[in-house]
Amino acid sequence: MTGAARLEMKNISKQYYGNRVLKGLSFSVNKGEVLSLVGENGAGKSTLMNILFGMPVIHSTGGFDGEIFLDGEKANIKSPEEAMKLGIGMVHQEFMLLPGFTITENIKLNREITKDSLLSKIFGKPMKWLDLPAMKADARQSMDTIGLGIDEMLPVRGLPVGHMQFVEIARELDKKNIRLLVLDEPTAVLTESDADKLLEAMKILTGKGISILFISHRLDEVMAASDKIVVLRDGEQIAETRPSETTIDRIAELMVGRKIESGEMVGRPPSELKDDYILEIRDLSVAMPGERVKGVNLDVKRGEILGIGGLAGQGKIGIANGIMGLFPSDGDVKKNGKTIKLNAARASLDNAMAFVSEDRRGTGLLLDDSIEFNIVATAIQVQGKFLTPGKVRILDSQAMTGLATNMIQELDIRCTGPGQLTRRLSGGNQQKVCIARAIILEPNLLFVSEPTRGIDIGAKKLILDHLVKLNRDNGLTIVMTSSELAELRSICDRIAIVYQGKLEGILLPTDSDRDFGLMMAGEYHKFHGKEAV
Amino acid sequence: MDNDFLNKLGIPRLIISLFLAFLVAAAFSFGLPMGQIFSAMLTRFGMNALLVLAMIPTIQAGAGPNFGLPFGIICGLIGATLAIELDLRGFTAFFFAIGVSIPLGAIAGWLYGLLLNRVKGQEMTVGTYMGFSIVSVMCIFWLMAPYKSPEMVWPYGGDGLRVTVVLDGRMEQLLDRFLSFTVNGVTIPTGLLLATALCCVLLWIFMRTRTGLAMSVVGSNPRFAEASGLNVNKYRLLASVVSCAMGAAGIVIYSQSYGFIQLYQAPLYMALYSVSAILIGGASLQRATITQALIGTFLFNALLVIALPVANVAMDSDISEIMRVIISNGIILYALTRKEVGGDAR
Repeated sequence: MTGAARLEMKNISKQYYGNRVLKGLSFSVNKGEVLSLVGENGAGKSTLMNILFGMPVIHSTGGFDGEIFLDGEKANIKSPEEAMKLGIGMVHQEFMLLPGFTITENIKLNREITKDSLLSKIFGKPMKWLDLPAMKADARQSMDTIGLGIDEMLPVRGLPVGHMQFVEIARELDKKNIRLLVLDEPTAVLTESDADKLLEAMKILTGKGISILFISHRLDEVMAASDKIVVLRDGEQIAETRPSETTIDRIAELMVGRKIESGEMVGRPPSELKDDYILEIRDLSVAMPGERVKGVNLDVKRGEILGIGGLAGQGKIGIANGIMGLFPSDGDVKKNGKTIKLNAARASLDNAMAFVSEDRRGTGLLLDDSIEFNIVATAIQVQGKFLTPGKVRILDSQAMTGLATNMIQELDIRCTGPGQLTRRLSGGNQQKVCIARAIILEPNLLFVSEPTRGIDIGAKKLILDHLVKLNRDNGLTIVMTSSELAELRSICDRIAIVYQGKLEGILLPTDSDRDFGLMMAGEYHKFHGKEAV
Repeated sequence: MDNDFLNKLGIPRLIISLFLAFLVAAAFSFGLPMGQIFSAMLTRFGMNALLVLAMIPTIQAGAGPNFGLPFGIICGLIGATLAIELDLRGFTAFFFAIGVSIPLGAIAGWLYGLLLNRVKGQEMTVGTYMGFSIVSVMCIFWLMAPYKSPEMVWPYGGDGLRVTVVLDGRMEQLLDRFLSFTVNGVTIPTGLLLATALCCVLLWIFMRTRTGLAMSVVGSNPRFAEASGLNVNKYRLLASVVSCAMGAAGIVIYSQSYGFIQLYQAPLYMALYSVSAILIGGASLQRATITQALIGTFLFNALLVIALPVANVAMDSDISEIMRVIISNGIILYALTRKEVGGDAR
């Protein structure tokens, strides 16, 4: 069948436990074309790729609906091995390379060229020797194709990240039957010049007739490299377009979309909040792996709910973690004009700041301790509360249980009693325990990270409402970090967007989807030409 | 049987208790001197309790059972031998020994804690070999140390300590005999049990102070502890100090009840017995309570006391002793491999 598309995905749908995450996607890529998939985190890109690769997670959760055609033939991909046999290659966001092996060994891994040895004549194939010169030649060829000029016998450990990315691509290229290459955010870790090289390499590949599925958050790259652009939002295919027919800000707008009515926003207009700053952050850098902060300047107004948004990996999560002393940080943070000592959790806690971590089970809870002890543990250590009076001060179980019972009621924590282990609670109730723990520290500045991640809708609303209540009734200043823009827009007064470890700008919840989309993609200032607010 | 009760007791404890009950019944039917057997059970319980309780601080602080206990035990032995060297008797000797042991044990625990903080996640293996090494090093010490007391040095040559030092007339069964009385042929070692109770109360209070609670937070979740402004290494170190100091005092209590100070290779497996006891009591490698320590000490030692005489009467072979070893070691293996979490606090 000539003229058929290299890859055609027809009406792809996927449900996870009744939750529809992909809703009838259809698109096609021709031979030698680049198709870009863009969308926010959670838009369905990864699920789509998992389907294309026949990942076990898809098939163990009931498979998917729809059909996939490769060069006109219906492909029934049940496992990653089959996907590879069909000539689909993937370059991952995290490097899947063996650091102790050389570039050649990595490229030829599991596809080594072998030659007969004495032992193999007796024991068969597993005892064959490696034909290293042939392997080197192969690796060299693949590397030359994409312009990677380094020695093919260098160990992978210690290579610059840019080179590692190219080694991954060379490895996929070395698979002789490769027809379709998936690049999942290949430029996320690259410098600009490396990213440019990568885009050039992509051109070489398409020139050889290989089709590319390109996933990226950098919209300028998408515009530069693609033949086609497919925009996903909430599992739906919002648009299919070509770079010549659209603009970056149009794509940004499509990506974010209107998910929230202005009536649901409780944020107050800027005129209601005075320019009285409770926290001034200057040049904050935080070495949090995967969420690096590289010099953020941000002021928090007293009594506001400030949102911090941005795409995954851009550093939004790192800000609160850095200020609360959980990851090595550097810079100048002043609370009420007084400098806060960094890299010391205790100093932050002593200055009436509290933190509800995004890592609920890892950092936020003592999973094998009771609800009541979880709630009071930090207050005991930091403030010496819940201890009996006298010389030898021991845990005051009565006060602890009393307080926990109140908190359980106030936050509607569903449990068998204050003595239940937090491990046995659902995600939403665990989160409520974390919030209770932070509140009883009586902070005047509360950091909340990803408060609703992995939580059902009912609990989500309750938690957000409670945060607003704390803010309005007790005047608690809240800094909420979240990947869900809709959630930020529903309760925040202002929303700071972080891009590549820096503050990209501050928006109001009522600002346009287009502005949010542009800012998260780091394109805002190119369009508006104004400095961060 | 009530399912809740069964869950709380745990199947391993149920098996051991049934086995123990079976042995007691057997001993009774063979007409063995039950009074003596029960007395021995109580005494051995008291002798070992503090050594088992010493496991709690390190378990709670996340460093696992203290396999380095011999390090602390040796400090206790130094204290006890010094008391004899100075020709002390009675409670003077006992309190002198305890008084010397605890600070020495604390220093040992501090050194050991420094080591533990460098090998997080492998405390059990490293601790075991640390214990083995220190026991061997101390063998040289016992030989070389300038002890002069004729009760302790080898009768020939006059250099180096004997393998066992008799405490007769020094502090033999000092606590055991204190206020002791006999009911139905069972001698109650009142002083020993009171001392055990005192240790429990002190440990209970300590574990509920701010410091003790911090220790258990550190063990439960180090990231949480850091986020609460706690210095994880500091509390792990402290746990090791407390544990080794308890081990040091524990061996003095053990020795006075036993009537001998055992030197050289004797402390080698002491940590293993204590670890076994607390695991049999239902503790996990992450969480342990005083109750679990006490139950475990009792079950472990009661089995030890009763298994041999029953076996001797019941059959020519040592099958009962073999059964005991199989069951108690099987349960340790089970405890070391299980991943389950403990029951709710209430």
